[in-house]
Amino acid sequence: MEREQARLKRKALYLRKLKRATHLLFYRRHRKPGVKGWELRKRLGSDYPKVLGLLDAYLEKLDLQVKTVFEGEKPAEKPTLEQLDRARFYITLRGGLTPKETKMSGWRIDDIAGLAIAISYIISKRGKAPRDEVEELLRDKLPGWRVDLNMDRYIRAGYLAQDENRQLYLDWRTRAEVDEKALIDLLLTAEKTEGEKAA
Amino acid sequence: MEERGLDPFLVDVNDVIGIIREYFPEWESIDEFSLDAEAINRLASVIKLQSDWVRHRSTSLYTDPFLLEEKLRKLSRKSLATLFLKSWHPIIEMEQISPHSLSEAIKYWQSLLPLRERWTKTEFLKTELGATSREELIRQQIMAEKVFTEELETLWRELRQTVGKDEKIPYWGFVGADTYEETVWRAYMTSFLVTYGYATFEVHRLEEEIFIIPFSKPRSLLGKKHVVSIPVSVSVEEWRRWRESRRD
Repeated sequence: MEREQARLKRKALYLRKLKRATHLLFYRRHRKPGVKGWELRKRLGSDYPKVLGLLDAYLEKLDLQVKTVFEGEKPAEKPTLEQLDRARFYITLRGGLTPKETKMSGWRIDDIAGLAIAISYIISKRGKAPRDEVEELLRDKLPGWRVDLNMDRYIRAGYLAQDENRQLYLDWRTRAEVDEKALIDLLLTAEKTEGEKAA
Repeated sequence: MEERGLDPFLVDVNDVIGIIREYFPEWESIDEFSLDAEAINRLASVIKLQSDWVRHRSTSLYTDPFLLEEKLRKLSRKSLATLFLKSWHPIIEMEQISPHSLSEAIKYWQSLLPLRERWTKTEFLKTELGATSREELIRQQIMAEKVFTEELETLWRELRQTVGKDEKIPYWGFVGADTYEETVWRAYMTSFLVTYGYATFEVHRLEEEIFIIPFSKPRSLLGKKHVVSIPVSVSVEEWRRWRESRRD
């Protein structure tokens, strides 16, 4: 009886924590979306990774996920609490969007293709590429007047960052939203398919 | 090379080091040595870039940039967008005002003064210049009737006279007065006599007695190691008890 009561009490506690975590992660509270690990620890307690795990399992049914973006490279092994505290957590789509659904995002197919080119080119150049080179590549597919506009748009949205030497880098939103490895793999595989079609 | 993102293997590090070694014995001036140091520093940066390049190449993300560029050029815009959508998981976020923030905003709006009131310039009253008198300053309580130090020294003289040859006097024997108000004033001034080094306390803890010992000359207590605060209660009850004991 006592054990059952303790179980119910624990369940109620985690339900409350789940609600709090949902509010924290869904509502934008800072200039950038997402919540830092230390903020979650402060609001949910030191067992916040467990709460996020429960939330992630719940969100799976809705095709959403809790995405963790670590500072620097993703740790090869299980992340430490310190690494989690410094990481940033977001709610993202678990699966991909269909071309029809992209209309909801307010981006044209040209804009998305341009972003794909810019991101994959920067990845292939080890995370840094001159803006002029990326723009030249984009001009191959997009009208010149759109290229500059689009590049500024990608920077404003947080997908790309630019330094004083006009070098482009991948910014926080790309790290949160784009599966870089999957993108490169898809591009390599797709090239073969296209090539095969041409043959 | 770092700024333009060029291939770090374009530099033959061994060759450059060989040249530096060859000419090193001929250098004499500090400027020449500094130039060598700068060259070695830059070479170290190139070696770091080469190391990063090797590390990246060993990761799963590596792909030949020329190969990828070719692939990007070959694919249509639609194919590129479709591929990207498969690896793109946009952030979900909500920007919605809550009833709580709405009510807070209404409260703020209601308490906000209209601009014409907030931007009203402060107006100053123009008055004639004139001289004031000591009496006027005392009346406005800007200046006390007696200057504080003057009062303090008067009390110090009184303390020395009261003590006479005995060297010390019980605290209540000096502070106590006919009215409670005056007692409080004397206690207040006595605390300054002690703080400013005109007198000191002698505390007999077991007997719970405090004596005041005046100094013949004020002593500076600043920098002394054992300066302590002694709280002394001067309540109405204490004053009444003292008055009763005086009558007996």
